[in-house]
Amino acid sequence: MSAVFDSFSRFYASSIGKKILVALTGLMLIGFVFGHLVGNLLIFAGQDAINEYGHLLQTALHGGGVWIARVGLLAAVLIHVVATVSLTKQNNAARPDKYGQHKAQVSSKSSHTMILSGLTILAFVVYHLLHYTVRIGNSFNSDAYKIDLHGEKVHNVYKMVIDGFSWAPASLFYLIAMALLSSHLSHGFSSLFQTLGISTDKSEPVFKKAGYAFAGLIFAGNAAIVLSIWLFGYGR
Amino acid sequence: MSQLNLHLKVWRQNAGQPGHFQDIEAPEIPDHASFLEMMDIVNERLISKGQEPVAFDHDCREGICGMCSMQINGVPHGPEKATTTCQLHMRKFRTGDTIWVEPFRAKAFPVIKDLVVDRGAFDRIQQAGGFISVRTGAPQDANALPIGKVVADAAMDAAACIGCGACVAACKNASAMLFVSAKAGQLNVLPQGQPEKDRRTLGMVRQMDKEGFGNCTNQYECEAACPKEISVRWITKLNRDYAVAAVKEALGNTPKVAGGGD
Repeated sequence: MSAVFDSFSRFYASSIGKKILVALTGLMLIGFVFGHLVGNLLIFAGQDAINEYGHLLQTALHGGGVWIARVGLLAAVLIHVVATVSLTKQNNAARPDKYGQHKAQVSSKSSHTMILSGLTILAFVVYHLLHYTVRIGNSFNSDAYKIDLHGEKVHNVYKMVIDGFSWAPASLFYLIAMALLSSHLSHGFSSLFQTLGISTDKSEPVFKKAGYAFAGLIFAGNAAIVLSIWLFGYGR
Repeated sequence: MSQLNLHLKVWRQNAGQPGHFQDIEAPEIPDHASFLEMMDIVNERLISKGQEPVAFDHDCREGICGMCSMQINGVPHGPEKATTTCQLHMRKFRTGDTIWVEPFRAKAFPVIKDLVVDRGAFDRIQQAGGFISVRTGAPQDANALPIGKVVADAAMDAAACIGCGACVAACKNASAMLFVSAKAGQLNVLPQGQPEKDRRTLGMVRQMDKEGFGNCTNQYECEAACPKEISVRWITKLNRDYAVAAVKEALGNTPKVAGGGD
């Protein structure tokens, strides 16, 4: 047991080991971001559709499913953030004397700002959880946000989302966060295949384009929800 | 032949002391001079004026030894693609240009003097696994060990690395992954490299980390700056080989060593 643990701590202590963990947790979070968007787009299918979906998530595996997902995601986020912060610190220490002139020839702006976009997204996730999951600083936990669905009293996710995005500051912060998430994904998506040792000269351009398409999709889908409610009055 | 009048901003530093940029005027530089010959001319003039010449690394001046370095206008080995500083010619510049000349900067490459840095970290990484252990007796018969053309060509591409350190200099994190991946990869693809593959991969990566290089963030500035055009696919392979070696080390069998001997 301790031999395996020693090996793991050596793996984590190494540059490539940390990066592989960042890539694997990044892959999990990419999967989550996609599923989250698909589920949320049900808002356009009407009140019952999204409320039923919300109820399904809450009651899957007798209410255990949502907690399994939460624990898994929390672990993924923790590993992703702790490892990247530590890698970034090492990167900064690796060049104590800066160049007078340093030109980037091929790398994107997004790839140079991963830690900034990432930490802003982290702050957003905290706000987002307080907003819609813990529901602090609003009345989303009150009886006004309960509704009858097939004879069962369930949480009115639909009304909560509509009311949530009717407030301009929240909508604006969501849009900024989604733009940064999209920037983060535009580098992170194809990057993870390189770190996991999968990229080839033939597949790399495909991963790159898929990453841009995915980043665009995540922004467009999430922004559509916010904008259609906030600016175009959907559901209000 | 035409002549160029150039303004240089050259990094001057003694080991262990803070450095600074010195403005040096370089008038009447022949455009057929190489960058190093331009530096020679500048140094001759400094010496004749009784000033300290600029220290810089150079050796073969044919683009194959990996000794010359210099960050020129923010790019290792200057603006010309797939070219070492010694093969960069002054006709690539215009008269009146200001040229920034700096050392390759990294914690793992301490400045010895001016533009000369200590790249001994690369040697220590090589010593940690960048070799194969063979009996050096009479040479083996040619083609006794068949190697596919594609594999042989790939190994040769990686072996083209001259160890100049441009990859480290170009990387925003001063990561040495392109160098290490080429030196490990050239042996890891060949049958002769198989017996020590895992030990080599783990040893070289661990030494790289120990030397204080940064971590790869997959931006591929190294590939763009490499005078030998080493591909970042070697980094892909190093990541893969490292993952496999680490898992084997963690979960695989450790052979029981018989007692006695040493």
